[in-house]
Amino acid sequence: MTDETVLSVADLTVTIGTRRGAARAVAGVDWSVRAGQTLALVGESGSGKSMSVLAATGLAPRAARVTGDVRLLGTDLAALSAARRRRMRGRHVGFVFQDPMTSLNPVLTVGRQIGEASEVHLGLTRRAARARAIEMLELVGIPSAADRVDAYPHQLSGGMRQRAVIAMALVCEPDLLIADEPTTALDVTTQAQIVELVADLQRRLGTAVVWISHDLGVVAGLADTVAVMYGGRIVEQGAVDAVFAEPAHPYTAALLAARPDPDANVTELVTIPGTPPSPLELPEGCAFWPRCSVRGDSRCERELPPLVPVSAGHQVRTFYPRQPTGEDR
Amino acid sequence: MSGNGDSTSRRALVALGRDPLAVTGGVVLVLLVVAGLAGSWLAPAGINEVNVDRMLQPPSWAHPFGTDEIGRDVLSRVLVAARVSLEVGAVSVGIALLVGVTLGLFAGYYQGWLDNILMRCMDVLFAFPVLLLAVAIVAVLGPGLRTAMVAIGVVYTPIFARVTRAGVLSVREQVFVRAAVATGASDLRIMRRHVLPNIAAPLIVQTSLSLAFAILSEAALSFLGLGVPPPEPAWGRMLYDGRGFVTEAWWLGFFPGAAIFLTVLAFNLVGDALRDVLDPRQLTVSEARRHAG
Repeated sequence: MTDETVLSVADLTVTIGTRRGAARAVAGVDWSVRAGQTLALVGESGSGKSMSVLAATGLAPRAARVTGDVRLLGTDLAALSAARRRRMRGRHVGFVFQDPMTSLNPVLTVGRQIGEASEVHLGLTRRAARARAIEMLELVGIPSAADRVDAYPHQLSGGMRQRAVIAMALVCEPDLLIADEPTTALDVTTQAQIVELVADLQRRLGTAVVWISHDLGVVAGLADTVAVMYGGRIVEQGAVDAVFAEPAHPYTAALLAARPDPDANVTELVTIPGTPPSPLELPEGCAFWPRCSVRGDSRCERELPPLVPVSAGHQVRTFYPRQPTGEDR
Repeated sequence: MSGNGDSTSRRALVALGRDPLAVTGGVVLVLLVVAGLAGSWLAPAGINEVNVDRMLQPPSWAHPFGTDEIGRDVLSRVLVAARVSLEVGAVSVGIALLVGVTLGLFAGYYQGWLDNILMRCMDVLFAFPVLLLAVAIVAVLGPGLRTAMVAIGVVYTPIFARVTRAGVLSVREQVFVRAAVATGASDLRIMRRHVLPNIAAPLIVQTSLSLAFAILSEAALSFLGLGVPPPEPAWGRMLYDGRGFVTEAWWLGFFPGAAIFLTVLAFNLVGDALRDVLDPRQLTVSEARRHAG
């Protein structure tokens, strides 16, 4: 393992006990992200993309049973006490959640909230934390930061709030930023600004980023590597260019085909028939088999395909990888 | 909309000021506090000034509330008793608030077995009729002002525990609490800085309403002879003493009773008004009203 790897996850499994039985939200996932790189986790709701990240950082719900090897900066998180794990996570990992409307505390000023982590982890005094908060607000491009530091969340627009949340996540200069669909709740122009902001901050601070998204358009312009998840497993992963240019898994191909093309004159959007499987009753074989357009033989139904390489660093979990014919370009 | 920071509390105060019932309640409460603080100084006569020459006199200029069976000035005693009522109310609700909020906070935040144990204990306390429980506690600890405070405090603890827990359960699921967990803040810090301030509104309302009930309970305990020992004046005790003279000297029971009634009413009016202005959905209504008016 190189010293550059910030977070690595090996054979991560998350099982959630429910009244209707055990739900396998994540079923043996491996991924890692290096300093200065962006890993995109892509998938539909319930594919396990968020859960795998939450579980890796020790934020899974209490009902979840998590197994696997997780290393943050080379440290085995499972071996740490709860308090030390909390400190390590707070110091080295920053989080940006989906909805900036609810991820800020309505009764505290944004300055106090941004400064809080620096009080906890860097031992700053309240005054120093406030100065740091102003610095952070400037860094994320909020005008007249010295005034805005005393604003309450409801006095800021959605885009401003998400900038404040990003400031909050980066206040301790973390090695890793986890962005869980941070642009989903924003309008399109604001989305682009936030994506640009994160990319810019990443260049400047050298932070590793895990970007969780269902929006392939956002991912294409942002990520270095991409992992496509389906039914709790990674079905395809590799360099973002390779995966987008030559998707080897029928699911990835279908996802890419489902992207609306503004130039094409179509009356109906392309969709993938069917719905994702319930984590309570994952099929024995390939989870995508019931919705697959290739749908080979009964082998797909009975047997789980292994993750096999199609080219250097590009892996796919299917018995019938699409041939790189270039027809998708 | 004002751009001021603590606009919520300011708006709440403004809205309160526009509610005539709340203003009435507030004025009564201010008078009550004045009576409580300066009662013995304001009182026209000593509270234990016995004078057999003027016993059982009806209200007059000299004795606006009349005199009792041993010639004590009823107005003076009602004024001085305000202090006891407020003291018992404040201390007992203070106990209930402190203990109840702490228990509710931990139960709601940690959930699981701790929640089950704590809240089932609260349910047991809650299942007893208020007065019966208070009487039982006084019976164990012995009568007196302090035990009355403790007893009433214990009786009202479950209400605060429940209100707090309910609030915590909803705030706990908010993303900003998850975000605070993610930043590595300790549980105590999250409870203090993120959860508690967000449930302040229902707690303020509950405090105001509970003060009314606590004062009523103190009156009931004193009426039963389990509160303030004589000859210290207490409204409930005076009501009890006046009970034998209802037909010939109505003022003995009427004025302490009216004091209890007005106090409880005032706390309830203020509590209801607070609930209206602190509830965010109601806030828009009162705002709309303000803009319309």
